[in-house]
Amino acid sequence: MEVFMWIVQLMASTCRVSTPLLFAAMGGMMSERSGVVNIALEGLMLLGAFVAAAATDFTHSPVLGAFAAFMAGLIFSIFYAFFVIEIGSDQIVAGTAMNMLALGLTPFFSKILYGSSTSTPSLPIEFRFQYAPVWIAFGVVVLCWVWIVKTPFGLWVQFAGEHPEALDCAGVCVKRVRWMAVLVGGGLAGLGGASLSIFLSSSFSRNMTAGRGFMALAALIFGKWKPIPAALACLLFGFSDAIQIRLQSVVLWGNEPVPVQFIQILPYFVTILVLAGFVGQARAPQALGIPFVK
Amino acid sequence: MRAWFKISPLLCVFVNFFVCSEVFAEEVKLQGGGKLRIGLVLDRGGIDDKSFNASAYEGAKKARDTLGAVLKYVESTDGNFVPLLTSFAQKKFDLVIAVGVSQVDALKKVASQFPQQQFAIVDGEVNVPNVKSILFQEHEGSFLVGAIAALKSKSGKIGFIGGMDIPLIRRFALGYQAGAKKAQPDIKVVTNYVGITEDSWNNPAKAKELAVSQYDSGVDVIFSASGASGSGLFDAAEEKKKYAIGVDSNQNWVKPKYILTSMVKCITQAVFDVCKEVSRGEFHAGIQRNGLADGGVYYAVDQFNQDLLSKSLIDQVEQFKADIISGKIQVPDYYKNKK
Repeated sequence: MEVFMWIVQLMASTCRVSTPLLFAAMGGMMSERSGVVNIALEGLMLLGAFVAAAATDFTHSPVLGAFAAFMAGLIFSIFYAFFVIEIGSDQIVAGTAMNMLALGLTPFFSKILYGSSTSTPSLPIEFRFQYAPVWIAFGVVVLCWVWIVKTPFGLWVQFAGEHPEALDCAGVCVKRVRWMAVLVGGGLAGLGGASLSIFLSSSFSRNMTAGRGFMALAALIFGKWKPIPAALACLLFGFSDAIQIRLQSVVLWGNEPVPVQFIQILPYFVTILVLAGFVGQARAPQALGIPFVK
Repeated sequence: MRAWFKISPLLCVFVNFFVCSEVFAEEVKLQGGGKLRIGLVLDRGGIDDKSFNASAYEGAKKARDTLGAVLKYVESTDGNFVPLLTSFAQKKFDLVIAVGVSQVDALKKVASQFPQQQFAIVDGEVNVPNVKSILFQEHEGSFLVGAIAALKSKSGKIGFIGGMDIPLIRRFALGYQAGAKKAQPDIKVVTNYVGITEDSWNNPAKAKELAVSQYDSGVDVIFSASGASGSGLFDAAEEKKKYAIGVDSNQNWVKPKYILTSMVKCITQAVFDVCKEVSRGEFHAGIQRNGLADGGVYYAVDQFNQDLLSKSLIDQVEQFKADIISGKIQVPDYYKNKK
């Protein structure tokens, strides 16, 4: 019975930890399937986390907070989309710039609004989500799958990433499809950030994403840019983090517990192992990272 | 035009540097007036961490209000302390206070560069002739809250969450463990650490997950020494309806009913005192240790938690406190054990 409870708690913990990753990975998938590399996920999440915390503090409604985070991610993505789709900037450079911009802007606004560049006021329990974001995250995965695989628009997105010329020949505006995908993806990443600040904790703190955006990107690549495998990869990362928490202070031999640093590198270790070892033939969308010029 | 657009992401980065550069170029009219000028360099937790940075700021603010000093503070956002400390020193502030153990190396460097400048550091030891190191006997205070946790625990299991696995935090953990064992010899103490990078002081989501996992495994009181991450612990305690213990400043008010007590380090007073010394021209460099005996560390009892602590429990803890002060109980000190 105890073992059963332990497993249930481990699973619950896995789902919680994975939630921000799931949103961000789906956001990244939207963008990358349309042919736009999105390493700005980290920045988008950070911005989403801040906007969600501030908006919830302002409106006293986590639903509005999450909506604001979605919009913030979407609006921030407009800049990114403009740079990479319209102007044809290098997508890695532009994405890095976006990340740095978010890293600087969030403390800046936090300082203006709350007088502290490191955290926003803590939200009471009734202004936070309890379990909803976990279910919403799984819902988003299903929706993304349906959207990308089953709908005509999804097909356009796939073509924009694989053979933009063919899509263009068919009379569909490639740039418009990419714009759409990048913006929706940005919104989803914003939601991922929101789940971090108003679900997993009670305020925004500086750089609170702590690399989760890049974890989501790794999960996306590991999942071969497909929604369901990418989601499973997120759950694997979440699982390694959750089990890491439970393995701390475990005694393997003698009286000394295993040094905690060894256990704490587990999630990173899994990431490297998975990306370097088991990913197999990960084939990116063919036109990924290539600006479309008519 | 196109070329200009192509470098526009780069421009973003430049703008960013201007926006977030912490020492704003604004030159306060600092020269005239002959007022005492205090520069405060806060750690990553920032002014609103409801913990040690907040208390240091409180102390400096008190100095500003009662001594008529001019106070400028900066929050380090990237752990790059040298430029912040240097900029205060170059502007010839009367006293520059560095808050947090992570500034030790930076202050060593800057203090030796500006030998005429008076510096103070909270929580760290810097042996340079113009630096006052304000240290606290964390292990003694942790011993007492450990005893409280053990006496209050019904399950026989209590928890500890540290920010990073560093000597300062080990010192908390060791004292806490010793206190718990002294009060309840068969108590079990579960220890977790938030992470391995500086982000660990600012990762409430992770701290909350750790706390939830401890509460789920039967722990019913958790003490956390993890800076701003501690707020995650309080959220978990509130959700699971278990107890938490605050750290550094009196955090009992943050979540009344769920915070059993706080292990307070009188940083506010210590910072104020050093400002006062400077204003009177009596600045003494060297090491100042604040312990139980002089009230430098204590466990907080106030209107928010007095219902949680019974008379007999307080009596027992007070006895421990007296024994520690008289030397009857030797609290293990990680700093000494290591040497």
